[in-house]
Amino acid sequence: MDILISQLVAGVSIGSVLLLVAVGLSLTFGQMGVINMAHGEFIMVGAYTTYVVQRILVDAGLSLLFAIPAAFVVAGALGLIIEQFLIRHLYRRPLDTLLATFGVGLVLQQVARDVFGAQAVDVAVPGWLQGNLQVFGAVVPYSRLFILVLSIAVVGAVVLFMAKSPAGRQIRATVLNRDLAETSGISSRRMDRMTFFLGSGLAGVAGVAVTLIGSTGPTIGTSYIVDAFLVVVAGGIGKIKGAVIAAFTLGVLQALIEYSTSASLAKFFVLVIVVAFLQLRPQGLFAVKTRSLA
Amino acid sequence: MSLTSTERGDPSAAGPDEARVGDAGRGRPAGPVAGVPRRGLAYGGMAVLAIALMVLVPMFFGTFQVNQIGRFVCLAIVAVGIGLAWGRGGMLTMGQGAFFGIGAYVMAMHMLLSDAALRGPDALPSFMVLSGNGELPWFWEPFRSGTVTVLAIVLLPALVAGLLGFSLFKRKVKGAYFAILNQALVAAVAVLLIGQQDTLGGSNGLSGFQSFFGLSLADPLNQQFIYLLACGVLVAMVALAYWTMRSRFGELLVATRDGEERVRFLGYDPAGVKTIAYVAAAMMASVGGALFVPIVGIISPTSIGVAPSIAFVIGVAVGGRGSLFGPVLGALAVAWAESSLAQAFPSGWSYFQGLLLILVIVLLPGGVASLGQRFRRHRADSGKGSTPDPGTDPAEPAHVPAPKGTLT
Repeated sequence: MDILISQLVAGVSIGSVLLLVAVGLSLTFGQMGVINMAHGEFIMVGAYTTYVVQRILVDAGLSLLFAIPAAFVVAGALGLIIEQFLIRHLYRRPLDTLLATFGVGLVLQQVARDVFGAQAVDVAVPGWLQGNLQVFGAVVPYSRLFILVLSIAVVGAVVLFMAKSPAGRQIRATVLNRDLAETSGISSRRMDRMTFFLGSGLAGVAGVAVTLIGSTGPTIGTSYIVDAFLVVVAGGIGKIKGAVIAAFTLGVLQALIEYSTSASLAKFFVLVIVVAFLQLRPQGLFAVKTRSLA
Repeated sequence: MSLTSTERGDPSAAGPDEARVGDAGRGRPAGPVAGVPRRGLAYGGMAVLAIALMVLVPMFFGTFQVNQIGRFVCLAIVAVGIGLAWGRGGMLTMGQGAFFGIGAYVMAMHMLLSDAALRGPDALPSFMVLSGNGELPWFWEPFRSGTVTVLAIVLLPALVAGLLGFSLFKRKVKGAYFAILNQALVAAVAVLLIGQQDTLGGSNGLSGFQSFFGLSLADPLNQQFIYLLACGVLVAMVALAYWTMRSRFGELLVATRDGEERVRFLGYDPAGVKTIAYVAAAMMASVGGALFVPIVGIISPTSIGVAPSIAFVIGVAVGGRGSLFGPVLGALAVAWAESSLAQAFPSGWSYFQGLLLILVIVLLPGGVASLGQRFRRHRADSGKGSTPDPGTDPAEPAHVPAPKGTLT
């Protein structure tokens, strides 16, 4: 029983990272139909931003707090640049956005390698995040708990933004009916840019979180991107609700399978489960009627 | 540039054929197939190139270069399959590394087992002895037999691709979803392999092969033979792709790419059509992987993951996804560029690879093979004024159909 609970807790912890990584993707993939393979590299950018901020501020606790907005802005700005120069030419070719952004990812990885070196760098975990919490006999590091809280806060902010703010409504209007939105005086170009800025920025925030888990290297993004896409696919594109449920379900599943088999088999079974699940619901958990993606 | 005319048979290969079939039905003379002589020339040129590649390379280059080019040829075999599934069928197969890996590991297991068999009936592959693995894992057993190995190289990927493909296509999972699930597949396979430290060599992979079906790999002559074998397989695969393209099935595949629902309304099953093309691509990748092992001498998860799988796609995109020879030439060229550039500028290659991918996708979605078509159309537009070129217009109904196809 203890083991089951500790695996559940571990699963929630995996799920919170997945969710944080997948929220931005859910925006760009779900809302805009852009398959941004460079999303992983935006995570890397966020992670390196955290590293740089810490080099400047030294104090780990303070720098973590400063890193979150900094990573959001840096990754978001990078996303804007890529949207402007590349992605906007490919809006009608989703599969091509996938390949082209993979090219962007390759370039960004190499830039990171040339700037920061191929060796992974470490970000110090602030003192107030060191130590563990005991939950029903399971050990949860504070840093994992912080990620959980961060992901909940981020998801809450995104949901509020999309539902309540004028900009969020305009984004949704553009997704649902681009022409009608244009007619109503919404600049769909501006909405595209804003969505992309948000999605990329959120990847940057996820980057801050992953520095708390492990070292930051040029290929850090690739280790998260495939899982994040699985979350978005299983959750149904364009639905934050779907992403939340899928992230935690896949996280828990992975933790449970890991316990009964091995870490490497778990990844495989999670894929099999997602494929099996798509037999039941090919559109994912929740589907939104958008500009047809596939 | 005999290459340029090859694309006449390309993204819209069904085009000319369709036109001819249709015309014949209406009792008109077989349509204006201006491409035939040029196409013949192109195929003649390709045949010469193929023969040169097969015969001249071993005559003029040392064993190292022959092996190097042999490796490119194996990658080109994979590319033929991607051209079929992606270019013709509109299915972006980003997980070919998984099938490549199946073929490669099966072949590697067989080679290690037959090497061990020479040392004694119960001898184990040396890496297992090192990792202290006392007995042979159950899934190695079947690959003692050469016949089972060859069958497995073809049938295992067919089984995996068939199951995955059919279950997805049946539920109309396609486009980006399909691409992402493929990528998840290859990521999972790579992680799985890395985890199998004592049964499949983990991240070191399998290496140290002595012989290939009884041929000593130390002998340069045998190396040349394996190289020629790979070239022969490549030519056979291209012929198979050509035959598929011209067949009824090929037309159905292109039709499914361009209008899946319409194909369904006509009474065909698009899921079946797509699965067959996907399975064929998987088999080709597996065969390419199987030949890769004796030529390169090592197979490890690094040749299989997400990045290598995309690298396969890059060659195809550069050459021209929808054409017959584009994928082959693109794969050869990109592999060659990588091995020569990566040596000279190790970090430059990543930039080059990334920018190449971006530029081709944005500016030239049809790949190099579509350049000739663009050029000819441009010339026809400016040179002949308002008179439409009777030779090209009806025969090329869909200009640059490849990117359109990817929409579905």
